[in-house]
Amino acid sequence: MTEKSNGNRKLCIITSKGSLDMAYIPLILANSARMTGIDVELFFTFWGLDVITKKKMGGLNVATVGNPSMHPWFHIPTLLGAIPGMSAAASWMMRQEIGKLDFPPVPEFVQLVIDSGANVYGCKMSMDMMKLTKDDLVDEAEVLGAMEFMELSEGAQLLLV
Amino acid sequence: MTSPILENVEFDGDGFMIDPNAWTAEIGEAIAAREELPLTDRHWVVINFARQEFEANDEAPTLRRITKTTDVDTKELYKLFPGGPAKKAAMVAGLGKPTGCI
Repeated sequence: MTEKSNGNRKLCIITSKGSLDMAYIPLILANSARMTGIDVELFFTFWGLDVITKKKMGGLNVATVGNPSMHPWFHIPTLLGAIPGMSAAASWMMRQEIGKLDFPPVPEFVQLVIDSGANVYGCKMSMDMMKLTKDDLVDEAEVLGAMEFMELSEGAQLLLV
Repeated sequence: MTSPILENVEFDGDGFMIDPNAWTAEIGEAIAAREELPLTDRHWVVINFARQEFEANDEAPTLRRITKTTDVDTKELYKLFPGGPAKKAAMVAGLGKPTGCI
């Protein structure tokens, strides 16, 4: 952890989703918090683990089926969203748009928040379920049980994504 | 400890200068002293870059732009400005509170 400040205000974010759009929410919030001196703990659980899994983090996709909110670029009706390649196309488009705003791709963004002093944890139970080990996660990530996370988040502001 | 240099400088409630154009390097030093942040050459790389960008674009650079353009990387930037580089670097450089999220 880097230097504490801001009256030790602490933000804990639990990330449970691993789609491209949902990955950016905790990363942007964590980065903003660190930029203003707020301590950050990031806990990744269930599909959220994809965001810090080395083999997956670079290839996150946007869901085009069952996602009613594709409208910034184009609306994809659920039936058409199921066509092969649709999700890849939407994901490609989202990566382009995010890049234009100067937000880094997910792997670089994860490294950025780690370098800024945020701590990153993988949920042990979810990892057991998905047959993941510590080696599958980014190097700085630690493996933590839910009980340990409760201790860690004492007094912090908690957010579930 | 507030330096006499700052007596004629206007600040908002959070300690950011109200008029960025009134900034001088001496004022920057005095703000840093007020924030108990001893400045090194590496701080000045960041501060000078922020000033340059502000003068060119009328806007403080994002941290990402600082780390991409100067040789100060993210880890060093956070070490140089404990308490949040976005806030502290802008404050010392006499710029307003940053609003960007990257």
